[in-house]
Amino acid sequence: MSVQKKIFGTTPFDGAMAQKGYALNKMCFSFNNAANRAAFKADEQAYMRAYGLNDQQAAAISARDVLGLLAAGGNVYYLAKFAGILALDVQDLGAAQTGMTKDAFKARLVAQNQQPSTM
Amino acid sequence: MANIIGALATSHIPAIGGAIAKGLEQDSYWKPFFDGFGPARQWLNREKPDVAVVFYNDHGLNFFLDKMPTFAVGAAEEYRNEDEGWGIPTLPPFPGIPELSWGIINHLVEREFDIVTCQEMLVDHAFTLPFKLFWPNGDAPLAVPVCINTVQFPLPSAKRCVALGRAVGEAVAAWDSDKTVVMIGSGGLSHQLDGQRAGFINKPFDLKFMQSMVDDPEWAAQFSVLELVEKTGTQGVELLNWLAARSAVPGGVRKVHSNYHIPISNTAAGMMALEAA
Repeated sequence: MSVQKKIFGTTPFDGAMAQKGYALNKMCFSFNNAANRAAFKADEQAYMRAYGLNDQQAAAISARDVLGLLAAGGNVYYLAKFAGILALDVQDLGAAQTGMTKDAFKARLVAQNQQPSTM
Repeated sequence: MANIIGALATSHIPAIGGAIAKGLEQDSYWKPFFDGFGPARQWLNREKPDVAVVFYNDHGLNFFLDKMPTFAVGAAEEYRNEDEGWGIPTLPPFPGIPELSWGIINHLVEREFDIVTCQEMLVDHAFTLPFKLFWPNGDAPLAVPVCINTVQFPLPSAKRCVALGRAVGEAVAAWDSDKTVVMIGSGGLSHQLDGQRAGFINKPFDLKFMQSMVDDPEWAAQFSVLELVEKTGTQGVELLNWLAARSAVPGGVRKVHSNYHIPISNTAAGMMALEAA
């Protein structure tokens, strides 16, 4: 059973997602190790096969599709290690997921200062 | 009996480590963040706590989804930092204090917290950055890491994290030692990295939460974890670590200093130093 309560643009990483994304997240967890990052870069397809990624996960990795990786069960704490291989930071990820340019995404973050100070 | 001097809290963001490594503290982007730590450092320099109990969340360095404890307590002679996947230079090991670790573990289990104990435990930026920020000269206290799961739902409730903190505080207060101890909460404040809601920040909630740390420490415990995600973002829920650290200080506190700055990376960055009243 999934966690209830719908929040826009948000998928709580619950048991169902953790089970679905296990192979993908395990591969990303392996990227803590520099030798593993190099092995992935040398042959992405072989590396993904070795970790048993399903077609949906492999396609999302190949397409660098962040929302697709989340839908395939990816957890952002592990996906951040994949993003690191691509030399992408969290503003790049934010821009990719919101359909904005990176500059526009960063400007939107700065604009949050205009929120009121009291609830 | 050991003396709890108060609590520290700060956001943790990998980019902070990069900025420190490059000496960018006075760069215009970073200055409003780093300048917030000055008064806290002066206070710590006077108080010189011997030990820090650090409530934080692991981001996939020590724990993976194969084994994901809700609460894990370190009981090691030292805690090593390692590559988190970005090749950032790793830091020297952080010395632990197993005597207090086991005191905390024994008390927590007695109080019916079914924790995981770790005699080996890698520590990531969430643990290391508070030490770099509050003790930039390296004269940091001995450490007891307390890791709270904020990765895989179900997460422990805010109410449960308050109870955990309180029990840790009891254990420290009962420790037969003349040492001084500071509690640290690492994480938050509002931010969301994943999904179409990425970039979410909630300034009024953050500021209310920070005020509650001073005068109404159980205020945030009224919310469910999903309500906290809604109000603070999927990673803003890391404020559970602040809540546990504050709850580990018995009684009231006096605010030494606080700072709040939007944004550092994708995060509303907060820090607080609270002295036990």
